[in-house]
Amino acid sequence: MEAGSIAHQFVQQLINGVSLGSIYALIALGYTMIYGILKLINFAHGDIYMVGAYVGFFATSILKLSFFPALLMAMVVAAVVGMVIERVAYRPLRNSPKIAILITAIGVSLFLEYGGMLLVTPQPRTFPAVFAAELYNFGGIVINSQQIVILAISIALMIILTYVVQKTKAGKAMRAVSFDTDAAKLMGINVDQTISFTFAVGSGLAAAAGVLVGIYYNSIDPLMGIMPGLKAFIAAVLGGIGVIPGAMAGGIILGIIEAMVSGFISSTFRDAAAFGILIIILLFKPSGLMGKNVREKV
Amino acid sequence: MLEINDINVYYGAIHALKGVSVTVEEGQIVTLIGANGAGKSTTLRTISGLLKPKAGQVMFEGKSIAGMAVHNIVKLGISQVPEGRRIFANMSVLENLELGAYTRSDSKGIREDMDKIFSRFSRLAERKPQMAGTLSGGEQQMLAMGRALMSRPRLLLLDEPSMGLAPLLVKEIFSIIKEINASGTTVLLVEQNANMALSIAHKAYVLETGRITLSGTAEELAASEAVRKAYLGG
Repeated sequence: MEAGSIAHQFVQQLINGVSLGSIYALIALGYTMIYGILKLINFAHGDIYMVGAYVGFFATSILKLSFFPALLMAMVVAAVVGMVIERVAYRPLRNSPKIAILITAIGVSLFLEYGGMLLVTPQPRTFPAVFAAELYNFGGIVINSQQIVILAISIALMIILTYVVQKTKAGKAMRAVSFDTDAAKLMGINVDQTISFTFAVGSGLAAAAGVLVGIYYNSIDPLMGIMPGLKAFIAAVLGGIGVIPGAMAGGIILGIIEAMVSGFISSTFRDAAAFGILIIILLFKPSGLMGKNVREKV
Repeated sequence: MLEINDINVYYGAIHALKGVSVTVEEGQIVTLIGANGAGKSTTLRTISGLLKPKAGQVMFEGKSIAGMAVHNIVKLGISQVPEGRRIFANMSVLENLELGAYTRSDSKGIREDMDKIFSRFSRLAERKPQMAGTLSGGEQQMLAMGRALMSRPRLLLLDEPSMGLAPLLVKEIFSIIKEINASGTTVLLVEQNANMALSIAHKAYVLETGRITLSGTAEELAASEAVRKAYLGG
């Protein structure tokens, strides 16, 4: 490749990567918030993303809703599903060993995947085109209008989330519980309610990602959450699990790396690169890029 | 105001409190003194609802609160400054105080109380936007106390406020505790520094391995041979 075409390819993949990465970031946020508050890797989180995609699908295809109402509906339904999962599956195990709740999370994940197959059939569905995909060509660099929508909505949601977490009472309660649960209780914070709220917010964000992916890739199926779920987990670890800006940055970085590997090497190496990053980060900086060094308090 | 009656508390198989009874009258400073591991913090944690007694009663203003959720106990008017301060280190001084007022929604009253706290602890006022984790030990203790006061408690539980502080700061903290009490808040104080605790308290209890072994007015205990030998250094 000559220099000009390499630069051209680089910019093109950068755009693809940021767009893909913002999806990872939306899912990673839920992972990281739930980890922050419960110290639980919620392996069912990727499947919540799938639930969101299906709700979006039915909202647009059967209820004939337009894009924004469908997106909102998917987020609300997924938020409720997330809260129910926490209430039914995780809360009874709050004081059990961590491994019990982790295994339960894997169980919930399988339940959603195969329960989903039973409910909506394993057949992939074609997501209706809620708005036309237009291609813009800037001197050979192609930008899809859907990529712009994905990025714009992801950024908007992240701004809203940051505001909620930093400025609102519920967000402050969330940070307090995740920093020191007993101290938060002594402030009069209802910890159960705060945990429910965290599941609702995290699940809503994952559902938004599900709808956006449905629109972008056109196709959804009950197992669609597995790979993005794992990738978002990697993104969360990369940024520093439990750290909200870390999940955002980790998602975007992972998306860019994957796009570069697809563009310059081969798309078959994409997943290998992602998991390679997980191994490298766990070997050299397990606390993640933005993670704090956790000191054990005595 | 507060009546603990014959409570038994366990940590797993460990019997931490073996029939402890403590009474706190409104307006007083009552102190629990005793060695490490005697069960002082366990008593406070049980009052706040962080631990549930296996047997016995905890009555606050005639109402049984044993087994109630911690946040509801805070709403009734019991606030605790936990051992080791437990401030939210990754949040600002201001945010810590806001969290202290979590149970309240009267934004005007909250602002007034915050001003009061900043005038009482002027060093916090200078550090409003600073991360709480960057404060010195004494400032963190002041923040923890200010934060607990933000819920407008009628009963303030203080767990080892002198821990890890220089003697001068300990004096300052104790004179603040007296002021807080004088302005109408009842105080239950747990301390290893028995000298200081007895000097400001009205009433005192001595706790040894999960049992109350002595009780009386602070003067009585300060004069008692047993207490002087064991806790006051002769």
